Amino acid sequence: MTLKQKRLVLIVGAVLLLSAATALVLFALRDNLAFFYTPTQVKANEAPQGRTFRVGGLVEAGSVKRTGLDVSFRVTDTSQIVPVTYTGILPDLFKEGKGVVAQGTLGTDGVFRAKEVLAKHDENYMPPEAQSAIDKAKQAQERSYKTLK
Amino acid sequence: MARTEQQSNDRFAGRWFWRFASPAQFYPVAGMIEKICWGLALVLAAVGLYIGFFRAPTDATQGEVYRVIYIHVPAAWMAMIVYLAMAFWCAIGLAFGTRLSFMMSHALAPTGAIMAAVALWTGALWGRPTWGTYWVWDARLTSTLILLFLYIGYIALAAAFDDKKKGDRASALIALVGAVNVPIIYFSVQWWNTLHQGASVRPGSSSMATVMLTAMMIMTFAFWAYCVAVAMNRVRTQIIERERGAQWLGSGKGIKP
Repeated sequence: MTLKQKRLVLIVGAVLLLSAATALVLFALRDNLAFFYTPTQVKANEAPQGRTFRVGGLVEAGSVKRTGLDVSFRVTDTSQIVPVTYTGILPDLFKEGKGVVAQGTLGTDGVFRAKEVLAKHDENYMPPEAQSAIDKAKQAQERSYKTLK
Repeated sequence: MARTEQQSNDRFAGRWFWRFASPAQFYPVAGMIEKICWGLALVLAAVGLYIGFFRAPTDATQGEVYRVIYIHVPAAWMAMIVYLAMAFWCAIGLAFGTRLSFMMSHALAPTGAIMAAVALWTGALWGRPTWGTYWVWDARLTSTLILLFLYIGYIALAAAFDDKKKGDRASALIALVGAVNVPIIYFSVQWWNTLHQGASVRPGSSSMATVMLTAMMIMTFAFWAYCVAVAMNRVRTQIIERERGAQWLGSGKGIKP
């Protein structure tokens, strides 16, 4: 091997080793790098107790109740539910059935008291007409399911 | 002993592409590429922005604010691609000791840093009206900020050495070590739950309306052409600066702008 080839092998080897090391570190950190806990994790007591953390999921349809600036809603990951209370102005994209991330503490009563509520939107971009066509198709599908039952 | 330009050209004569590893040979080529890419960048940006702002529909969820995507996504992609290109040239430079490869990586770094800054800045302006915050420390945003710091660290370290060759080698290590951050940025939204949404465009599929996607891809090519154009401009400056005194440059009077 020439000197240049040796150096190339050395560099490639070093980069590979470094990547492997990074992968291991990230694997060890995988839970700590999560931005929020899901309701399932909260119910399984995986979220920190008595400390501020974030819970994220979808705002359950029909769960939002407002009295003045006080809002209560339920966050769901379709298997578990965490009830949330919050006082303040919600982001524009906060909507039932859409993504949400709330930061706060979990009370002993199982209610999550949020200090901050952020909306999490998805990666779909489409004109309003396409969205309403999809919504209509979904409703029609649900109706036909009901008739079949 | 330093080889003359003629000797190194003779040595590489068997393989035509090696000839362009010589700064003297590459200088006029870079000028040509720069001109073509400037033209491409301007035309594509005009077309892309026109489609994005006047032809693409409003988004069903976000309204008009989503249109920042036509700047944000191309800038974020280029920030990652330029870093990989920079790391590639650094690896080549370290392995083969070619002068031009380090010049290429130095030429790319400021552009990459600007792309990362633009991605973070437009992202903040997009985040406020949609998420409700300018900034959160989620995996995607944090790893992109680290990318900007890596660019700045690379530029600063290279400039800190009086001996340019030492600076080349030291800063090349930052570029190579930092390259592991790029896949982390890309996959962060899959590996961890983040506030940032997942990828709209993946190889072979997309979750965007066709007109929106078309505008975004045209803008991406425009950004690509811009990055190449300014990098070529900078590499020519690097060549003149570093090859000062070389025979082919002479006094520098014969160099066409």
